[in-house]
Amino acid sequence: MGGVSTPHVLLGLLAGGSRHGYELKRAHDERLPRARPLAFGQVYATLGRLERDGLVAAAGQDRVGGPDRTAYALTDQGRVTLDQWLSTVEAPMPYVASTLFAKVVVALLVADVDRARSYLIAQRAAHTARLRELTTVKGDPAATLSDVVAADFAIAHLDADLRWLHATLGRVADWHREVHP
Amino acid sequence: MTQLQARGVVRAYGPTPALRGVTLEVAEGEIVAVTGPSGCGKSTLLHCLAGILRPDVGEVTWRGHRIDTWSEAARSRLRRTEFGVLFQFGQLVAELTAAENVALPLLLAGTGRREARTAALTWLERFGVAEVADVRPGEMSGGQQQRCATARALVTEPRVLFADEPTGALDTLTGEQVLTQLVRLAREQRTAVVLVTHEPRIAAYADREIVLRDGLVDHTGLGLDVPLAGGAR
Repeated sequence: MGGVSTPHVLLGLLAGGSRHGYELKRAHDERLPRARPLAFGQVYATLGRLERDGLVAAAGQDRVGGPDRTAYALTDQGRVTLDQWLSTVEAPMPYVASTLFAKVVVALLVADVDRARSYLIAQRAAHTARLRELTTVKGDPAATLSDVVAADFAIAHLDADLRWLHATLGRVADWHREVHP
Repeated sequence: MTQLQARGVVRAYGPTPALRGVTLEVAEGEIVAVTGPSGCGKSTLLHCLAGILRPDVGEVTWRGHRIDTWSEAARSRLRRTEFGVLFQFGQLVAELTAAENVALPLLLAGTGRREARTAALTWLERFGVAEVADVRPGEMSGGQQQRCATARALVTEPRVLFADEPTGALDTLTGEQVLTQLVRLAREQRTAVVLVTHEPRIAAYADREIVLRDGLVDHTGLGLDVPLAGGAR
């Protein structure tokens, strides 16, 4: 699956009513904790494109003790676009496009089994450390359900990677023989 | 402070070696995950540490006393008073209700019937299954059974809980709920836990992970016999 579609997420955050760019950024960070950071500049640039395409429209301005703040609202067309996005099933892993996987392949091509194995071992340690970190996040009494669900997502993927790392460690010698017959 | 220690433990089943010289320590209140692939000796190690099996060679000591040389009766008494044991399938007594199952270790240790029932109800409440107190295992869900089994393993407030794949038979969410409660209550009463699992995400709840490979502790870097920052405290 590809990266997160920021335009669609912003449309979703506007579905409940109009919001300023600043409010959108805050709502994004609250609802998608641990997401790749979203810069204010990116919010405003995305809103600009959505407005150009008729998916959002300016819905008033205020100037309360600060710079101009334009609120944006979802248009009918925006709502249709959002609905289409939500109704589309994501292609499950259409390509095996993982740096993890590619790095082991390249290690086997340019070096030897030991190089590939030491990379796998180092990566396993890093994955395990991250898995523990996220498990701690979930156990924090202050964690919201958004935090827990976000951590769950990462934990499930790390767990799957760790299983793959383990299995590949067991296969790497045979794999090397296949790559270098 | 080290409470439980294995030194050079070797154990075979007939000609098949299961443990080939395992040395490890478990401190008071520490949660240690024992991981490794199938057949690496995890469960055998747990059975040796808990005094269920005797090593062929090596020692197991509890608070400085060598227990592997004790009689079965003495080791059994130790398991009733200081240890708790929990398996993948809770192994509740089918003829007894949840409350009777949980009260059982207390009754065996000489606690009065009324007091044992009160404690059992408290522990069932802690694990969120008070509603099945008077229900027999056959009429409970898998998650309810495992919660009862966990309550039974902790009701004597043991110094060490030995848990062998305790969430292995549960779905992810139920397993996580049981494990979270187990870890929280173990930490509250400073019960050490030896947690056997083959799942990385279950091991992540421990303070420390010991990886076994072919009957030995794996120090090669594939294993991580090191304390890691941020155990799930």
